[in-house]
Amino acid sequence: MAEWFRDLYQQFTFNFIEGDRWKWIVQGLGETLLITFFAVLLGIALGVVVAFIRSTYDKNAPALKARGGPGRWLLGLVNFLCNVYLTVIRGTPVVVQLLIMYFIIFATSNNGTLVAVLAFGINSGAYVAEIFRGGILSIDNGQFEAGRSQGLSYLQTMAYIIIPQMFKIVLPTLCNEFIVLLKETSVAGYVGIMDLTKAGDLIRGRTFSAFMPLIAVALIYLAIVMLFTWLIRKLEGRLRGSDH
Amino acid sequence: MTTDSPVLISVNNLQKSFGNLQVLRGVTLDIHKGDVVVVIGPSGSGKSTFLRTLNLLELPTGGSITFEGVDITDRRVNINRHRQKMGMVFQQFNLYPHKTVLDNMTLAPRKLLKTPRATAEKLAMELLERVGLADRAKAYPAQLSGGQKQRVAIVRALCMKPDVMLFDEPTSALDPEMVGEVLDVMKELARSGMTMVVVTHEMGFAREVATNALFLDEGVIVEQGPPEELFTRPQSDRLKSFLAKVL
Repeated sequence: MAEWFRDLYQQFTFNFIEGDRWKWIVQGLGETLLITFFAVLLGIALGVVVAFIRSTYDKNAPALKARGGPGRWLLGLVNFLCNVYLTVIRGTPVVVQLLIMYFIIFATSNNGTLVAVLAFGINSGAYVAEIFRGGILSIDNGQFEAGRSQGLSYLQTMAYIIIPQMFKIVLPTLCNEFIVLLKETSVAGYVGIMDLTKAGDLIRGRTFSAFMPLIAVALIYLAIVMLFTWLIRKLEGRLRGSDH
Repeated sequence: MTTDSPVLISVNNLQKSFGNLQVLRGVTLDIHKGDVVVVIGPSGSGKSTFLRTLNLLELPTGGSITFEGVDITDRRVNINRHRQKMGMVFQQFNLYPHKTVLDNMTLAPRKLLKTPRATAEKLAMELLERVGLADRAKAYPAQLSGGQKQRVAIVRALCMKPDVMLFDEPTSALDPEMVGEVLDVMKELARSGMTMVVVTHEMGFAREVATNALFLDEGVIVEQGPPEELFTRPQSDRLKSFLAKVL
């Protein structure tokens, strides 16, 4: 037993302490968190816009049709573009999207991190959009009618009545999407970004011992996800204030 | 009294179709200030649809609705402005579940009339006092009984100081023992001179406070008049058979 521990300790120092290789892990972790953070922001922004356009179209198309005019065509067009976006993004693997972004669309850029943020953010936006839209759809139409009957405009009804209720409903699903995104960024190594996974793999390549670096990387991902889950659960508890 | 006061809502040949289904087939009616109009009729007769077209929650497919001198079916009219003067109470209450009773009531006045929070809350508290719910101001809708919810929904609409109140079967979703408390609030409102249009199955309420009763069937007004007369001396066979079922 004692020998086993001594062996473990030796492996640990060999993999992480020698040559300050722990710094790779720290750097990689920083890169992973950076990419995830900004991709989440971009994903939410895109998701809100797309979900808003799609539900506005679904809700107002008949009324606009009756009224006529250019509004209907304009809304129809952006709705169509949103549908194309959702179909393409959700129909292709994220690694392929990342490669296309890096080697074709932004071939002249050498800022891999920025390209990764864009690729993962645009990818996540499609899923977040559908989560939000599902949330909006799940709210009883009576809520919408109550707001409109008081004289609130479509936008005001959305902002004060529908969206706040939607957020509470989608929070668990949204949280899940962020967890997925965090782990999805582990493919960033495909385009030469040194994220957490890549860092672990580099150490493995240097020390020829797989166990320590890969298990360490796995544990770090796990710890972040558990922390995040705990934070969201706290938040959910606070939001649940209104349904006793 | 009815005909002496000015016309508030003038409905002319109102029609509404859902696809091929024609729900309203030409309803014409004047609602005067201070009227309490009760709309009765079998289910599927179009009475809820009629009420919901009055504030354009359902867009009419024909005819016109003139409210306070403005044809609100005109596409150029900003309906949101006119809806502020038409309070509506729904069968399912439709309180905002994420807001307290007080916030439910003050949302629209604060956002639309730019009423300062303190002023809006003062009015809301006065109204809650009137319906005996002042102690529930900080409660959330989920903490209220059905009857309490509907009383809050009524005073929420009153916070906008409307010129007319529309009620869409306000007691149909309530447990029987809670119907009375809601009807009492509505009766008091009627006595205070509020113009009301009420879709209901409560014949007792209709008899007691309505100035005018409409019997709607298959999208047209089959009979109308003072409720006492309508209920005791129905002319048409359709109203006779309807009353035989509900009275």
